[in-house]
Amino acid sequence: MGGFENSLNALVLLANFVLVPALAYGSQLALGAVGVTLIFGILRFANFAHGDTMAFGTMVTIFCTWALQSAGISAGPLPTALLALPVGILATIALVLLTDRFVFRFYRKRRSPPVIYIVASVGVMFMLNGLVRLLIGPDDRKFTDGERFVISAREFKQSTGLAEGLSIQTTQALTIGVAILAVALLFWFLQKTRTGKSMRAFSDNEDLALLCGIDPDRVVRVAWILAAVLAVLAGVLYGLDKSFKPFIYFNLLLPFFAAAILGGIGQPVGAIVGGYIVAFTEVTATYAYKQLAVYLLPSGWVPDGLLQFLSTDYKFAISFIILVLVLLIRPTGIFRGRVL
Amino acid sequence: MGVLLAGYEMTGGYGGPPILQDCTITAEAGQITVIVGPNGAGKSTAMKALLGMLELSAGRVELAGRDIGLLSPQERVAQGIGFVPQTQNIFTGMTVLENLQMGAFLRADDGAEIIEQLVQLFPVLAEKADQQAGALSGGQRQQVAVARALMNEPSVLLLDEPTAGVSPVVMDELFDRIIEVAKTGIAVLMVEQNARQALEIADRGFVLVGGENRFTDTGQALLADATVRRSFLGG
Repeated sequence: MGGFENSLNALVLLANFVLVPALAYGSQLALGAVGVTLIFGILRFANFAHGDTMAFGTMVTIFCTWALQSAGISAGPLPTALLALPVGILATIALVLLTDRFVFRFYRKRRSPPVIYIVASVGVMFMLNGLVRLLIGPDDRKFTDGERFVISAREFKQSTGLAEGLSIQTTQALTIGVAILAVALLFWFLQKTRTGKSMRAFSDNEDLALLCGIDPDRVVRVAWILAAVLAVLAGVLYGLDKSFKPFIYFNLLLPFFAAAILGGIGQPVGAIVGGYIVAFTEVTATYAYKQLAVYLLPSGWVPDGLLQFLSTDYKFAISFIILVLVLLIRPTGIFRGRVL
Repeated sequence: MGVLLAGYEMTGGYGGPPILQDCTITAEAGQITVIVGPNGAGKSTAMKALLGMLELSAGRVELAGRDIGLLSPQERVAQGIGFVPQTQNIFTGMTVLENLQMGAFLRADDGAEIIEQLVQLFPVLAEKADQQAGALSGGQRQQVAVARALMNEPSVLLLDEPTAGVSPVVMDELFDRIIEVAKTGIAVLMVEQNARQALEIADRGFVLVGGENRFTDTGQALLADATVRRSFLGG
């Protein structure tokens, strides 16, 4: 094998095991973190129920997917869950509007401090947690169907003649595509529409927004709807890409918060950048670089170990470390959001 | 032209002991009215009472002869009272143009015509239209803040210390603009720390002490009054 081919193999290896998975995972985190940041920007509290809201929406989507599958309806090469997605989104919008009406509105009328909202959201989190486990159970569920690969490793190897293969799964391509589309639409909405601008104004300076005649109830309602849509998208894409398990979805709250705070809480752009940074840090820190060393180092120099910084079991530690470092060093985050 | 906005014999505060005692403030269309007085005299409180931001235990507030005492601040804004708070009076993360658009939120149209008129008065609005309002200088921010309040075409404009923290040169410039605003027929009512300069441009001045009216006269008469000069204008 020539040196050039070795470098190519190393590049493909990194693309296959780091770049593509991290891009997909980063897109899922970005969608979730934007939801957290939107709620923070408008309602001024960190919503601990976001992970479980995501689990609820994904659960509804899975039920609906099963129904479609048993009725013999599919989306061809794409996962059937895409057809079920609108139902999951509508159900979740109804859920968050109801929790707002019966939980958060009460504290809003009383002008409670943010910590009260946070504790209330922990309560909502536990309720949803229980509800989802009651309805679908705590087990791991796979609901991906349709064509598995856009490019499979075998095809790639055959057409390029390289030893390493690059595979792109349909769900990964779908995740990245949907995330780009959703974020583009969100930014168009926030930057160009009257309602979007009024939300930014409300987030920027609530008192002045009220003096301008902006209706706070409407702004809050739209924020919940957007957060629900983003949460279900993130949840369904994550579930398609990996699998659905209520406990994992609850755990995703940590990288969401890490991403939102790293980017600057209240700043949608920051949440997206933060999502990708957290994902790339997690994937690069838990990847075993042994094979990469085989390609790049002279044969005698390759160490015996796996060359893995951190076991994948500890991947949530990455989010924790990022969170702690940001809060210590730059609490406003990259894009100068608010300080929690 | 008669009295447009008036608070008569207002008594009230923020829940504790009353800050305003039997305080009367009136503002006439096309005139500049200034509230001055020492620190803690209740100047800003009197203005906030007119906007409905505190509960009055006695007295009444009228806009163009109608009692508006039961309306919320938002409803009073919709009725034609523009208010520029002393601090945090712009949307710092939004562009100058977006700030103006938010000021036009209650309008049926998008306010493009008003923006054209306001640009005549505040050229900075056009020059910096696409810049983040938070990146502007203190004087420019105040102009954006005043323009934002004018977008709704109010009949009364309330300014809470519009020249706080700006240099004397900028202060003179701001006062010039405020005179122009009053010339369009709007009743301008402002609270000012820079009492002497403010009274110079004022048609009418209210000197408050301890939440009560101490002196009320034309700006020139107050400036000429030896007692007012000695007690409140530093000689």
